[in-house]
Amino acid sequence: MTKSNKLFTILIPIISVLLGLIAGAIIMLISGYNPILGYTALWNGAFGDAFTMGETVRRITPLLLTGLAVAFAFRTGLFNIGAEGQVIVGWLAAVWVGLAIDAPMIIHLPLAILASLAAGALWGFIPGLLKAKLGVHEVIVTIMMNYIALYSVNEIIRNVLTEQETTTDAISPSASLASEWLQGLTYFSRMHYGILIALFAAVTMWFIIQRTTIGYELKAVGFNQHASKYAGMNVSKNIILSMVISGAFAGLAGAMEGLGTYGTISIMSGFTNLGFDGIAVALLGANNAFGVILAAILFGVLKEGAGQMPTGAGVPTELVDIIIALIIFFVASSYIIRWILLRFKKEGK
Amino acid sequence: MEYVIEMLNIRKEFPGIVANDDITVQLKKGEIHALLGENGAGKSTLMNVLFGLYQPEKGEIRVKGKKVSITNPNIANDLGIGMVHQHFMLVEPFTVTQNIILGNEPTKKGKIDIKKAEKEVQEISDKYGLKVDASAKISDISVGMQQRVEILKTLYRGADVLIFDEPTAVLTPQEIHELIEIMQSLIAEGKSIILITHKLKEIMQVCDRCTVIRKGKGIGTVDVADTSVSKLASLMVGRDVVFKTEKKPAEPKETVFKIENLVVKDSRKVSMVKGLDLEIRAGEIVGIAGVDGNGQSELVEAITGLRKSESGSITLKNKNIKNLSPRKVTESGIGHIPQDRHKYGLVLDYPVGANIVLQTYYKKPYSKASILDYKEIYKKAKEIIEEYDVRTPSEFTKARALSGGNQQKAIIGRELDRSPELLIAAQPTRGLDVGAIEFIHKRLIEERDKGRAVLLVSFELDEILDVSDRIAVMFDGKIVSTMKPEETNEHELGLLMAGSKASGAGESHDKE
Amino acid sequence: MRKNKFILLFALLLSLGLILAACGGGGSESESESEASGNEGDSEESSTDFSAAMVTDIGGVDDKSFNQSSWEGLKAWGEEHGLSKGNGIDYAQSNDKADYIPNLNRLIRDEYDLIFGIGFELKEDLQKVADQYPDTYFALVDDTIEADNGVSITFKEHQGSFLVGVAAALKTNTNKLGFVGGIDSPLINKFESGFIAGAKSVNPDIEIEVEYAESFGDAAKGKIIASNMYNNDIDIIYHASGGTGNGVFNEAKDLKQNDPDREIWVIGVDRDQHEEGQIGDHNVTLTSMVKRVDVAVQDVSNQTMNGEFPSGEVLEFGLEEEAISFATTNEEAMTDDIVSEVEEWQEKIASGEVEVPQTREETEAFVDGL
Repeated sequence: MTKSNKLFTILIPIISVLLGLIAGAIIMLISGYNPILGYTALWNGAFGDAFTMGETVRRITPLLLTGLAVAFAFRTGLFNIGAEGQVIVGWLAAVWVGLAIDAPMIIHLPLAILASLAAGALWGFIPGLLKAKLGVHEVIVTIMMNYIALYSVNEIIRNVLTEQETTTDAISPSASLASEWLQGLTYFSRMHYGILIALFAAVTMWFIIQRTTIGYELKAVGFNQHASKYAGMNVSKNIILSMVISGAFAGLAGAMEGLGTYGTISIMSGFTNLGFDGIAVALLGANNAFGVILAAILFGVLKEGAGQMPTGAGVPTELVDIIIALIIFFVASSYIIRWILLRFKKEGK
Repeated sequence: MEYVIEMLNIRKEFPGIVANDDITVQLKKGEIHALLGENGAGKSTLMNVLFGLYQPEKGEIRVKGKKVSITNPNIANDLGIGMVHQHFMLVEPFTVTQNIILGNEPTKKGKIDIKKAEKEVQEISDKYGLKVDASAKISDISVGMQQRVEILKTLYRGADVLIFDEPTAVLTPQEIHELIEIMQSLIAEGKSIILITHKLKEIMQVCDRCTVIRKGKGIGTVDVADTSVSKLASLMVGRDVVFKTEKKPAEPKETVFKIENLVVKDSRKVSMVKGLDLEIRAGEIVGIAGVDGNGQSELVEAITGLRKSESGSITLKNKNIKNLSPRKVTESGIGHIPQDRHKYGLVLDYPVGANIVLQTYYKKPYSKASILDYKEIYKKAKEIIEEYDVRTPSEFTKARALSGGNQQKAIIGRELDRSPELLIAAQPTRGLDVGAIEFIHKRLIEERDKGRAVLLVSFELDEILDVSDRIAVMFDGKIVSTMKPEETNEHELGLLMAGSKASGAGESHDKE
Repeated sequence: MRKNKFILLFALLLSLGLILAACGGGGSESESESEASGNEGDSEESSTDFSAAMVTDIGGVDDKSFNQSSWEGLKAWGEEHGLSKGNGIDYAQSNDKADYIPNLNRLIRDEYDLIFGIGFELKEDLQKVADQYPDTYFALVDDTIEADNGVSITFKEHQGSFLVGVAAALKTNTNKLGFVGGIDSPLINKFESGFIAGAKSVNPDIEIEVEYAESFGDAAKGKIIASNMYNNDIDIIYHASGGTGNGVFNEAKDLKQNDPDREIWVIGVDRDQHEEGQIGDHNVTLTSMVKRVDVAVQDVSNQTMNGEFPSGEVLEFGLEEEAISFATTNEEAMTDDIVSEVEEWQEKIASGEVEVPQTREETEAFVDGL
């Protein structure tokens, strides 16, 4: 039994991915494109050379952090749709500090990162407070907070950080995560040191959740508020804390963009989607820190690689989106595959 | 003799477990047949096999002598088998009729003919003396009534065989009495009943025959007339069971716990505890008897800090504990076995070990500087698991996976391990089997003998009479009478609980 | 349990990698095959080794506006020289800001000689790659870059906007006009300024409501803004908002369909958006401020191919270059009177008699001077 169980745990994800790829291939075939060419382009787009690999890592970095943010709130039973807004304010805060202050790197960079953490945390604190004290559902508040973030940040860029420009100046090098060494290694990709911060954040999340009394309380509140109250935990405090930490992770994702990828902040004509993709990453990673790392890698690879499919294989962008969605769908719905496999096994008996 | 249902040599396996092993149950027409077994013995699995939710690995099912294959509940319905679940499956904002016709709506020109349905439902209700108002909303009727709606539902769908899954677990003594009458009228109308239970008294009272299951195995079927409570108990548990809990007379010492003129409102802002006074001394067990809904839950919640008190005082060892946070209350020396162990007592998705430190995780040695020390936590968990005989594969198993009795044992172990001055046990044996009840009663008495104060809240009069040193009857938010158990009886308590004035104690009208 | 999930995910990733690697291995053969066949095709069909490609902004290549116009220009140029998509010319679409750099690099790696960045949003990224890859030529549309291997293509949109403003002022019955901008930025302010100046030159009492959607791709928002404007008695809306403008058209068409007698109009931008305005027998497109990005794209492509890359220059395309004009496709709406008066103003601009404002301050001064 245990032996076949182990086989199952390996088999199911492989089948999931295979099915996703096959489904994508069928779609490509029907539409008259060569799937092998398409998937080759996908592969090359993600791992083809040092540049694409660098860009893939760059894309994974913020996704990993927003994934952690959403996953963290999930552990306390909260649905943080506001990661998007938290990314935006974190981004702004980091760039603002990067522009406004003049200090040696050892002070400036940590300060800019802290600013992004604080901004994201504040953006998480408000819905947390409203949920804990007034019972307002966090989904509604965080959605609204996203819009507040988007439009007020745009106004600040336009009127405070610049004079009616669409993009700020570049931050001072002492606050930048960008690395000439990494860029040189990867033919000018925008890969930056942020990936180390993101991985460190994953370890931090794991540690908080698994090893500390804070995590013990947060999880308990997530599983059962009544029992947590009975056990003497402050449920309100934990809800707020969870949203604050979640927001801080998302704010850090903003810093990755502001201090690493772009070094600036521009007026956004829409959401970055980092926060929304973070929801999928968190769910795919089973809300577990290491699961989130793997899910972020999968997501980042697919997204980055997909860009190559139109130019590399002539597959239209819209079709590429469908194919990527199918692969993710099959991975996420591995439950169905598990069910089918069990059914097969039974009938085989 | 004609059998309506026969389940012959049923075997059902789950990964790693044989839930049913060679069990045979034969139900005669017009009888009430008990299915007796401890929690986790395999009663529910067996009934789910009959109801089509599981397929047996071996054995066969016959209905009226004909072999059948029940692959889903619809087939069971068609064969006239209906189940009254322990947890009701009702839609609260709907009326009784709406609930009953749900999924089976009679239509007239595509519209639901609710008038016709209501008439039919009312007819069935009157026929069997169910006294259900077909147009009442589910949320407006009592738990007992809701159960009757479930019965009505199966009858409306034409069931000839009714399976009752632990029907009395949620009922008051009066409601139980009425349920028994209903069951008898069902039999009189030619229905047959399977009663799943672990309450021996009920079996003796209403059943004709009884099939005993122990650890998944069929032990045998006995005629109830030829057996006794203790015989059934030993069949079920596999050893002799002591019913009357043995205890020395209490040696109460000083008063440690005192409530004066306490007023508590419920979440709808209605006063549920209305100026209640109560004292408990060290070394005694005070049992609060009362019908559910007379303020017991609010009282316990107020003492433990889960609910704010409006006025009055609560003191433990002369220190005020009124309106302290639950944590402060716990730290001041109160242990609490909550009424609803799934909702309050445990984080079901935490391992047993993590549940053991639910109130102490932030203290040394379980954590240092906010970092948990799992070695210490699991060491403690192991101790408690051993000492309190919690049957679990390991301390790392999720609490959810444990049987009710073992969950309760884990809670009790956790609460007693802190050596509280006052132990509050609210419905500590609810839904548990004989073995676990015996164990828990013994533990409560042991605590008393160690000189601790114990407050027992229970809706089971047997338990109150058996375990308490002093009984306080609670009615309408107040303690209306206190007495010693040896000076009263079930009948008198029943009257007091129903709100009539205290009569002369010691009279005994009701002997079993 | 947790461990299981971990293993599960790990296995998943590993398997993904393996499968993709397998595909990659299998694919390289067919790729080289197709490359070979591609080369054959090259030698037969194309008359030039020169290749050009473009990176769209978020609006996408079918935005019925700016990106589409650019691609049409590149396509026309390609056809002239025997090139087709994926074979000498190509585009890469961007779904978000983060895509610009990978898309640019993709085209650089595919060894295109000239790469267009369409839209001011690509400014920073195009500047960056221009510095990194000095051997490739880059052209930025709608903003300026500074590099020897870069050229900036800008337009005098204020001039065209002035002309459609004149047309709107002559057409309106309510004396109320609307302007829907994409992102509030110096570029779009040029459209706004020209439009206001044009309308007020005809009739200083005309009111103009200005709204920005803060997006070039949010049709839903464009529809809401348009709905509000039309409700407020505004009868003509000029949009300079890319894909957002599709919402403006949709709202106008919806209203027109419900009440065919209602006189409401949209003024298109970048391309002649006559097609977008067609609803039954009616057409709500009054005119369009036509910005011939396609002309500019073809022009720069030709120059570069012929070895005359306008290194580091800022090319300004305006009325004089015939890269800015107004559409007269809707003959029913653009009566001869209107057309002739607009043409008068066009001459005044061309002759320098009228200096069209480009910023809000200049507009204020201009309006005060009327």
